[in-house]
Amino acid sequence: MLGKLTWGAIPFDQPIPLIAGGLVGVGLLCLLALVVLKGWFPYVWREWITSVDHKRIGVMYTLLAMTMLLRGFTDAIMMRTQQALAFRAPGYLPPEHYDQIFAAHGTMMIFFVAMPFMIGLMNFVVPLQLGIRDVAFPTLNSVGFWLTATGALLANISLVVGEFSRATWLPFPPLSELAYSPGVGVDYYLWAIEISGAGTLVSGINLVTTILKMHAPGMTYFRMPIFCWTTLASNLLIVAAFPLLTATLAMLLLDRYLGFHFFTNEGGGNVMMFMNLIWAWGHPEIYILILPAFGIYSEVISTFSRKPIFGYRSMVAATMAICLLSFTVWLHHFFTMGAGADVNAVFGIASSIIAVPTGVKLFNWMFTLFGGRIVFAPPMLWSMGFLVTFIIGGMTGVLLAVPPADFVLHNSLFLVAHFHNVLIGGLLFGAFAGYTFWFPKAFGFRLHEGLGKAAFWCWFIGFYVAFMPLYVLGLMGMTRRMQHYDVPEWHPWLLIAAAGAVIILAGIVLQIVQLVVSFRRRDELRDVTGDPWNGRSLEWSTASPPPAFNFAVLPQVGGLDAYWAMKQPGEHTKEPAYADIEMPVNSPTGFICAFFATFMGFALIWHIWWLAILSAAGAYATFVVFAWRDRDEYTIPAATVAYLDRTNRRAREAAPVSITAAP
Amino acid sequence: MSASQAATAVSHSDAVLVTRRIIAGYGFWIFLLSDIIMFSAFFAAYAVLSAQTAGGPSGKDLFNLTNVAIETACLLLSSFTCGLASIGARTKNSLWFYGAMTATFFLGAAFLGLEIREFAGLVARGAGPARSAFLSSFFTLVGCHGLHVTAGLLWLLTMMAQVLAKGYRPDIQRRILCFGLFWHTLDIIWVALFTVVYLLGVAQ
Amino acid sequence: MSDMKRHGNDVAPGDGPLDEGDTEGVGAYLVGLALAVLLTGVAFFIEGTNLVWGPSIPVALIVLAIAQMGVHLVFFLHITSGPDSINNVMALAFGVLIVMLLIGGSLWIMSNLNHNMMSGDRTMQMAR
Repeated sequence: MLGKLTWGAIPFDQPIPLIAGGLVGVGLLCLLALVVLKGWFPYVWREWITSVDHKRIGVMYTLLAMTMLLRGFTDAIMMRTQQALAFRAPGYLPPEHYDQIFAAHGTMMIFFVAMPFMIGLMNFVVPLQLGIRDVAFPTLNSVGFWLTATGALLANISLVVGEFSRATWLPFPPLSELAYSPGVGVDYYLWAIEISGAGTLVSGINLVTTILKMHAPGMTYFRMPIFCWTTLASNLLIVAAFPLLTATLAMLLLDRYLGFHFFTNEGGGNVMMFMNLIWAWGHPEIYILILPAFGIYSEVISTFSRKPIFGYRSMVAATMAICLLSFTVWLHHFFTMGAGADVNAVFGIASSIIAVPTGVKLFNWMFTLFGGRIVFAPPMLWSMGFLVTFIIGGMTGVLLAVPPADFVLHNSLFLVAHFHNVLIGGLLFGAFAGYTFWFPKAFGFRLHEGLGKAAFWCWFIGFYVAFMPLYVLGLMGMTRRMQHYDVPEWHPWLLIAAAGAVIILAGIVLQIVQLVVSFRRRDELRDVTGDPWNGRSLEWSTASPPPAFNFAVLPQVGGLDAYWAMKQPGEHTKEPAYADIEMPVNSPTGFICAFFATFMGFALIWHIWWLAILSAAGAYATFVVFAWRDRDEYTIPAATVAYLDRTNRRAREAAPVSITAAP
Repeated sequence: MSASQAATAVSHSDAVLVTRRIIAGYGFWIFLLSDIIMFSAFFAAYAVLSAQTAGGPSGKDLFNLTNVAIETACLLLSSFTCGLASIGARTKNSLWFYGAMTATFFLGAAFLGLEIREFAGLVARGAGPARSAFLSSFFTLVGCHGLHVTAGLLWLLTMMAQVLAKGYRPDIQRRILCFGLFWHTLDIIWVALFTVVYLLGVAQ
Repeated sequence: MSDMKRHGNDVAPGDGPLDEGDTEGVGAYLVGLALAVLLTGVAFFIEGTNLVWGPSIPVALIVLAIAQMGVHLVFFLHITSGPDSINNVMALAFGVLIVMLLIGGSLWIMSNLNHNMMSGDRTMQMAR
């Protein structure tokens, strides 16, 4: 009846996950009780859960990412303390638990922090920057979000029911095969990623179609802000790479569930085929994550230097070059696994070549700064921190791309330091830059600036203290994923690294405090005009938060930096003729579909076949019901549009806006 | 379904916005390309593992080309009738639409029946997917296509029911367009499949 | 009115220029069917014949398959080289590029790995 699920699945003997899971569970219940008791449930249901508004969905993606960041960071600080303690000692985490933690840390951070953070920002910003009212497929967008949330939920359920994978963040066979991982851990991983991967694919299709097919009048491809270009490149990579992940993990699932022989040791299976296929997804994935961050830096640096981006067309060319090149380098993740010199040389050279367009971008950002009137607001600080940090990470990356050097450095903490260097210094700083930059647009008030700066400095310093020792440790020969060790020279460096993690923790605490303080002081931090940073692209031309329809009338775009041109003196347009606006109606399809997907995933993990079939039928029925609806749009009357737009216009005219460009 | 967001903007002089039909068709086209890329992973696995028979039977011992030829004929004809159905939908000619959709369904179901019979026969002969890496990759590649055909048949029936219930609404027309693209793409994948798996498998 | 088949210089994939409106489009499907039947027939024929030089058969089969995919794309999916479907063709080109990179790269990498690593058995024997 319940497949493999018994009371034994709940780890009563392991207090740490049980207490952590219990606390999270109680917290969620309290939140739910608060929402229901305060009578907020109809609001939450109507305005958020069933919303198909790209702005709401973007905010929910970002919220999911930040919540999961806490989970992933908890794993991180547990690993750091374990390694700080485990010098000639067992530490406090038993090996089988430690293995789950590093697998969960990587899985959480890549799939449920980095991905939703970037997708959230893209979802929120891109339609506003393009000057349109919604994405191409609004309901599908909601489905994509809720499927991602399902994946995150399943991965977290493993904390209290069963176990998580011990086979690292990419389940490498043969360790992840049934023979060596007989528990449900790998199945949790596989189904969580399969389901959230489907959500990501849906979101990728949606954004590619939106960018290529929907623009405001006059918004040609070469007038799109750089963030739209990097979003396009990133989502093209999602569309091209995520099917490979789905297929590869499906093969592993078939190995585990039905005794196939794709990656097994016996029956002619080939473990290296898994490495090959997973990294054919894995390397593009890195660019899926970093390209939107590059776009954010471009927007932020241009805005806070009061200058148009330097070398717009070279920036676009570099973005698209990275998009294509990222599919030609995947072997550098397994240089040492038996390929010959010719193959290694080709992929090593390709990996080094990809540094060229990245370098072009760095120079473009520096030339944008050059001669600009730079304002060091928090988004700009994150960008500056990125410029410095990413160069170090990029250079160690080029070093690792050289096969002979990789033979020495692979699997060591040098590698761990490298990819954290680019992921934190590149991606996460970008996510935070975007978060502080567009927060006023999303909520109508700014984040507290002093706390924001303090949080930045904690993260920045904490990053260096935590990860520079890992470079040293890697060069000293320490391999990754060690539960304990007995080399005295390593110990001090690991203590420093743990201290760095504590400084980062302070940064995270400051970010939470910043959010709370800013919310409480929202009246004095109010963004009345909708243009708090003296912005350049179209998202700043509408109110903060933008109305459901984004723009009262679709803006006419005449060139790059469309809004900057609009607010030049003498360019103030007269009040337009308002018309009724049709917007897509809300739909619970995404939420209900994810509800069934959660049960389906859980049933498949625990081999509860009847529930899996039932849930699949439920999900199909949900789509049929959706397809049968007769009304898919509602009308916002012209009077409402006019009222909202006039209010914003008055605020904008009343506010003293300095629109002086840099010389 | 009156004037949409697209139509609102069309009133502007130099609007770049396009119709919802183009948006839906293009989005689905992108999905199909991603689906083709997923198949390419299974093709790559098959190409790498097809020699790994682990002492078991190879493609030359197992494949029956007559069966494959009949399957190919079914799917090719169903692609043709599916094209007729999309013409029927566009011209709102119910005789064409229902007739061609029914023909497509039966041809697709015949294909699926033949494939299931082939699979059952292989398993009965001890050449199931757990026998060797070659058979694992064979069953996965061909079976994945078969699953797509199954999903397509379910979609087909849903579309017929929808037209029956709601008529040729623009949103339903868009879905029929997408269904047509899906079905034709399955045929393209089958061309690669019968060539690489069956014909080349027997030719070796 | 929001669902015009074509707008400006853009067209949905599957909406061919031939089949505006009525049943004229049947012609295209018939041509496509005839060509596809021909190509399939030839493929099945040369597989089982002795008339063709043996080693050329795999190449011929692959060429025929690519030709038939082209026929399907043009006559069934109406992906043409016209200016109105440039976006559709670009997307297709991107997809085909990725497919070729993946399959070609996988075969190259894996054959190289096998070449280097399969000698393991022999090395073991020599070591004995």
